[in-house]
Amino acid sequence: MRRPISRDQKTTIVYGILCFVVLVVVLQLWLLTATMNAWLGGDRTILVPGAVVSIVAFLMNCGLLRYVYVMERRER
Amino acid sequence: MRKTSEEENTIAPDGKPMDQQPQWRKDFPIDRSQDEFVARRDFTKFLVLTSAAFAVGQSWIVAKSLSDRAAEHAIEARPIAGATELEVGKSKIFHFPTGADPCVLVRTGENEFVAYSQLCTHLSCPILPDPRDGQLHCPCHNGFFEVATGRATAGPPKRPLPKINLEVRNGLVFATGVELRMV
Repeated sequence: MRRPISRDQKTTIVYGILCFVVLVVVLQLWLLTATMNAWLGGDRTILVPGAVVSIVAFLMNCGLLRYVYVMERRER
Repeated sequence: MRKTSEEENTIAPDGKPMDQQPQWRKDFPIDRSQDEFVARRDFTKFLVLTSAAFAVGQSWIVAKSLSDRAAEHAIEARPIAGATELEVGKSKIFHFPTGADPCVLVRTGENEFVAYSQLCTHLSCPILPDPRDGQLHCPCHNGFFEVATGRATAGPPKRPLPKINLEVRNGLVFATGVELRMV
């Protein structure tokens, strides 16, 4: 049987997830800037890989957010 | 009185447990630890929305690039000058592929023509042809490009000028396409 998660544990988990999401969003910001720079410079080779990485990062963030909500529901 | 868990300090006015309370009460908890959790959770949600915006922006760049490429393939050849209209060493300004794209045509030899976009690759100032020196000059920041190749030779511009592909047919010089170059 699973032990219920305490509020303190929940807060610690959400802090960890938040830190990770911040890192990923900063990475996406850098990626967008670099891609825009390359595109305006006429280089089209990195556009598709950049978009794929950004979408994967977004899906990963969605998964983490979903985990937060699932964890909250399970605790109630 | 309802029994509360050791973490749940606040009792709602109606006395019911928190999971039976309306959403607005769950979103604005009184207990400090729960309030901290909700604040962090909502900030995470906001960041995920930001992440979505970045992903959409990145996808937009790809879509715009693909549509630009399709438009480039759809460029139609257009006569820009007569083959004998210019003397050797002279130049002519024309617009290609649209009226908003100024370009410069230079006759470099008896049967040799070159054409480039007139916008400097530094900050898009119009370049002025000076074919006698074999150079194209950008007066804004003193950038220089080689007439024969369009490559940057001096000043702030690093990238070569976009090249206009040319064809000479029936005594006319046709612009047939635009070639963007990185080096």
